[in-house]
Amino acid sequence: MNQTDQPSCQKEETIVFPTYSGSTCCSSGIGEAQPDRPRLDQDFVIGSVSTPAGSVPRVSSQLEWRDHWGTVKARWGVGRMDYAVDPGLYALGNPDRESPVLVSANYKMSFDELRSALPGRDLWILALDTKGINVWCAAGKGTFGTEELVQRIESSGLNQVVSHRSLILPQLGAPGVAAHTVKKRSGFGVRFGPINARDLPAYMDAGFKATSEMRLKTFALRERAVLIPVELVETIKPSLIIAPVLFLLGGIGGPAGFWANALNDGSFAVLAFLSAIVGGAVIHPLLLPHLPGRAFSAKGLWLGAAVALAVLFLQGSDWSTWAARFGALAWLLIIPAVTAYLAMNFTGCSTYTSLSGVKREMQWALPLEIGMGVSGFAIWIASRAIA
Amino acid sequence: MNQLTYLKDVVTLKLDEKKCTGCGMCLEVCPHGVLKMNTGHVEIRNRDACMECGACSRNCPFEAVSVQTGVGCAAAVINAMLGKTDAACCCTASPECSPPAANEKGCCG
Repeated sequence: MNQTDQPSCQKEETIVFPTYSGSTCCSSGIGEAQPDRPRLDQDFVIGSVSTPAGSVPRVSSQLEWRDHWGTVKARWGVGRMDYAVDPGLYALGNPDRESPVLVSANYKMSFDELRSALPGRDLWILALDTKGINVWCAAGKGTFGTEELVQRIESSGLNQVVSHRSLILPQLGAPGVAAHTVKKRSGFGVRFGPINARDLPAYMDAGFKATSEMRLKTFALRERAVLIPVELVETIKPSLIIAPVLFLLGGIGGPAGFWANALNDGSFAVLAFLSAIVGGAVIHPLLLPHLPGRAFSAKGLWLGAAVALAVLFLQGSDWSTWAARFGALAWLLIIPAVTAYLAMNFTGCSTYTSLSGVKREMQWALPLEIGMGVSGFAIWIASRAIA
Repeated sequence: MNQLTYLKDVVTLKLDEKKCTGCGMCLEVCPHGVLKMNTGHVEIRNRDACMECGACSRNCPFEAVSVQTGVGCAAAVINAMLGKTDAACCCTASPECSPPAANEKGCCG
């Protein structure tokens, strides 16, 4: 249900779920028109509950090592694209006709976070088909939406399973689901629960009342830190191209032979570039609230300048030659440019940036970052030539 | 860091107080406490905290709140500029991708 920490917004539009193709027809042939049910042989299913709408897979609030391992992999971007559970109705514990129904996404990490937050509770979980994307992202996209919810209520046979007509949705599903429309079309009333699944027990025990803290989306250190792996993974591909180029260009010019230069100056160039990536993908997320400026690019520029100064200081270059001065100037331009660019892209991961704001920021930041990067690169090449 | 705030004076959030009945639904769904109740109808308390997710406008039964929704995501904007509507977006994987808009192309899967 909750989505605060699920990495997942997917990058690819075309996600294929081979495992799903059969799920709509996998009703084991019992009875008449079978509701659309999730498969019982998914590895986190521990049994089944028999209901008037057929047998519903039972899950536990206890996560297995497999679930934890899946989370770790998804955080590093491995298998993230198809980290999903079958959409449909699940039973947590031993629910009956009066038990609450919680709605979630079919992203496995969302699903796991929901069930693991509810030890000792008996309730129903309705997983919407969000194509394996977390609630918030899917709500924005509309897959965690009014239409899907209304149809999933229908196809799961929920009205035969429970006697009440009430659903609890994660608050972050609200951008996609219009509660009043769901009520009108399905007869089920929608309550928006807390943002974090971990607040659900308190929310339910308080008679479905959320405190104002439960309703505010934070972006605390831990929430930012879990995003770092994927930020780093994203930089691997461009780095594999850029780093060798810098290394080889470092061989050109300079005082010694080609390879001696490359090993000396080229290696430094690679390290300087990697430090810019660490600045943008690791330090920036960690220090976000404490960096000066509101625009992420501004934060990145300050941070990049600090990183560049640190790198040059550690290099301990002597400033006696023009080549060394130009080289230093080049990195004072390139490193902040790269760091600011990565910082700017972190807007998509943050929980509080608006599209209008991002467009405003990009108007000045993107030309500046490109300009600094290109001119820094040109100056560096020139410094090689005169070295 | 109780509340992080992005840029000033850019948000497209609009409230039509004449249509608002004070039902409070928007207060419930807003993840940033942007709105507050004022005798009988809602008003905007902290406009700059709005991230344009559209939860309020989607859930207003009286169409009193409007906002141009979208993903606050530079990567998605760049991809859109490059014409890659299906490519990487925000949350290059992250969970926290700012909510992408339903009608916004190119984000989040």
